[in-house]
Amino acid sequence: MSERVAVRKTYKLFIGGKFPRSESGRSYLVQDSNVSLASRKDARDAVVAARAAVKGWAGATAYNRGQILYRVAEMLEGRREQFVALGVPADEVDAATDRWVWYAGWSDKLPQVYGGANPVAGPYFNLSAPEPTGVVAVVAPEAPALLGLVSVIAPAIVTGNTVVVAASPAAPLAAVTLAEVLATSDLPGGVVNILTGRLPETVPTLAAHMDVNAIDLTGVTDPELAADLEVKAAENLKRVLRPAPQGHDWSADPGLGRMTSLLETKTVWHPKGV
Amino acid sequence: MFEYAPAPESRSVVDLKPSYGLFIDGKFVDPADGSSFKSINPASEEVLAEVAEGGAQDVDRAVRAARKAYEKVWGPMPGRDRAKYLFRIARIIQERSRELAVLESLDNGKPIRESRDVDLPLVAAHFFYYAGWADKLEYAGFGRRPTSQQSGTSPQPLGVAAQVIPWNFPLLMLAWKIAPALAAGNTVVLKPAETTPLTALLFAEICQQADLPAGVVNIVTGAGETGRALIEHDGVDKVAFTGSTDVGRAIARAVAGSRKKLTLELGGKAANIVFDDAPVDQAVEGIVNGIFFNQGHVCCAGSRLLIQESVAEQVLESLKRRMAQLRLGDPLDKNTDIGAINSAAQLSRIRELTEAGAAEGAQQWSPPCELPDRGFWFAPTIFTGVTQAHRIAREEIFGPVLSVLTFRTPAEAVEKANNTPYGLSAGIWTEKGSRILWMADRLRAGVVWANTFNKFDPTSPFGGYKESGYGREGGRHGLEAYLNV
Repeated sequence: MSERVAVRKTYKLFIGGKFPRSESGRSYLVQDSNVSLASRKDARDAVVAARAAVKGWAGATAYNRGQILYRVAEMLEGRREQFVALGVPADEVDAATDRWVWYAGWSDKLPQVYGGANPVAGPYFNLSAPEPTGVVAVVAPEAPALLGLVSVIAPAIVTGNTVVVAASPAAPLAAVTLAEVLATSDLPGGVVNILTGRLPETVPTLAAHMDVNAIDLTGVTDPELAADLEVKAAENLKRVLRPAPQGHDWSADPGLGRMTSLLETKTVWHPKGV
Repeated sequence: MFEYAPAPESRSVVDLKPSYGLFIDGKFVDPADGSSFKSINPASEEVLAEVAEGGAQDVDRAVRAARKAYEKVWGPMPGRDRAKYLFRIARIIQERSRELAVLESLDNGKPIRESRDVDLPLVAAHFFYYAGWADKLEYAGFGRRPTSQQSGTSPQPLGVAAQVIPWNFPLLMLAWKIAPALAAGNTVVLKPAETTPLTALLFAEICQQADLPAGVVNIVTGAGETGRALIEHDGVDKVAFTGSTDVGRAIARAVAGSRKKLTLELGGKAANIVFDDAPVDQAVEGIVNGIFFNQGHVCCAGSRLLIQESVAEQVLESLKRRMAQLRLGDPLDKNTDIGAINSAAQLSRIRELTEAGAAEGAQQWSPPCELPDRGFWFAPTIFTGVTQAHRIAREEIFGPVLSVLTFRTPAEAVEKANNTPYGLSAGIWTEKGSRILWMADRLRAGVVWANTFNKFDPTSPFGGYKESGYGREGGRHGLEAYLNV
């Protein structure tokens, strides 16, 4: 009896909840698999998808967003072996799963911790509450392939932002496999969009895009490129999360900073009276 | 209009020197190259004082003084002691508030009623509020620090803050910048606007009076080039700017790739939305306050009035009647509602945009209003028949000019209100509570005033969405800009 011929997977982009090939028709080889090489047009399409998803996702209840992030953890747990087969260490998959759980719980707590009533000196009801900034472009760190990726996506979306992620060119397989997890977690299409390929091709387009509200440069290791992207981002005054010069310890308690730097605080005043 | 006898506030309470140096390391010093400029009273064009123009060398000196004070004195000082200095400053401001208010009106052109009743009480309150935070930073709710960052549980200051402020609320903007920076343990170099440097220099004297350690606060006067030298200086850890969106963009580019943490409070084009069930008289007071407060030199001014179509005629009629009662003239007269435009340059900007409004087909209206012969003045003005494409509906005029548009449904009001690159503030006038909250959820603006407008408080975070900038001033959120969290 002959050995069974394996069914190989095609690794494609993740845009608007679908898995299209790059419109450019190009791919590159990673770990013997062809991976889509995203173009500038793909980046713009991903922004359109992310923008279209903002209203529904930002308008969803915090409880609903929390449940969906928890569902992502459930799906990731079930696909543990797939990531291990790609070379992601088992304990990293577990840490990434736990990170989804950690962030899932923040959805309905951050507005309480980060907002509240302000005791103004006058007869006014005054309340500050955080809101998502909108569409966030994210440059994912190269390593750890899965935990790093989850650690930049989860804090951006838990509060209601939608993201366009430029996956690390060296580690796209974990990113596309994570997209398959997201696609089966009740996450509305367009909330997370993932581009694979070369950073210099897609990221400058995202940094300069006038319909992107913020950019997370965590995965940019070249300081000159980071500065150039920050200059581009200034055109519409994007919120910029700079890469940490000393690097990141992804196993550490993440703190609130990744969530709060992608939020806007809205303060509402109303007079009190009869 | 009733004839009122003039009731001018005495300016004898202000003791102006003929010339002022830079305030560096606790002393007033001459600039390295000896250059200076004149600050004038925009209501009379008289020269008030000669003020030093700081150059790159002076900026360097100030940043070094701030660094030394940060490392040797202010950084290591216990929070409770920093608090006491700030409380002291708050108290001196209260004691000298009349003097500061008169000087503010002289240098800026704003009515004394506003500098006395709005600016100065808020300035003192701001220092008093942040003073109390100085020894409570661990309780400010920024959470645990990621363990890979600098160790310790208490939030750390950033270092030396470069702060550049505008001319519309000179002393209030100084307070918004300096109070949280000092409370958090930073030292500052502040550049006031070139047309309104005088209250900042009087504040420098107050720092001396409070025995604030030398170098903690440095004031370098000058124009755009001085500001640029300050922001680009390598010794600066934090940049805070309030002003135009164009300059904000340039600053964001200038600090790109550096370690400097940046907060920007920029322009606005706020929608003030009046529904058909709003009490008309209250709404009209709010509209007038929204656009004519401080001659409309307010980044959060309600400069686009959106009226529900069914009441547009009634509201406009009432608004025009109210505008005819506004008194324009001597800023030091306690009866004055509208003072002088801050500078000749700003006046020509307002004229250019209003001419564009008329040329693009909107209808211009002002009440009969006599303008003084000297100084810079602009009559309160409204434009009707404005479309969303008109320049006067898109660009910040920063003057007493209101653009009026109409809408039919709440959804259309939201659509029009958000149709701007800015997002600083918005107003809603309606008796229906659920509609207020529905609207407030959808307006992309940092401050939403419902059935009120232009209210400020040190406990209340202020700042914009989109191209109105980022970061918040006021409240516990305002500390974040000055802490490594």
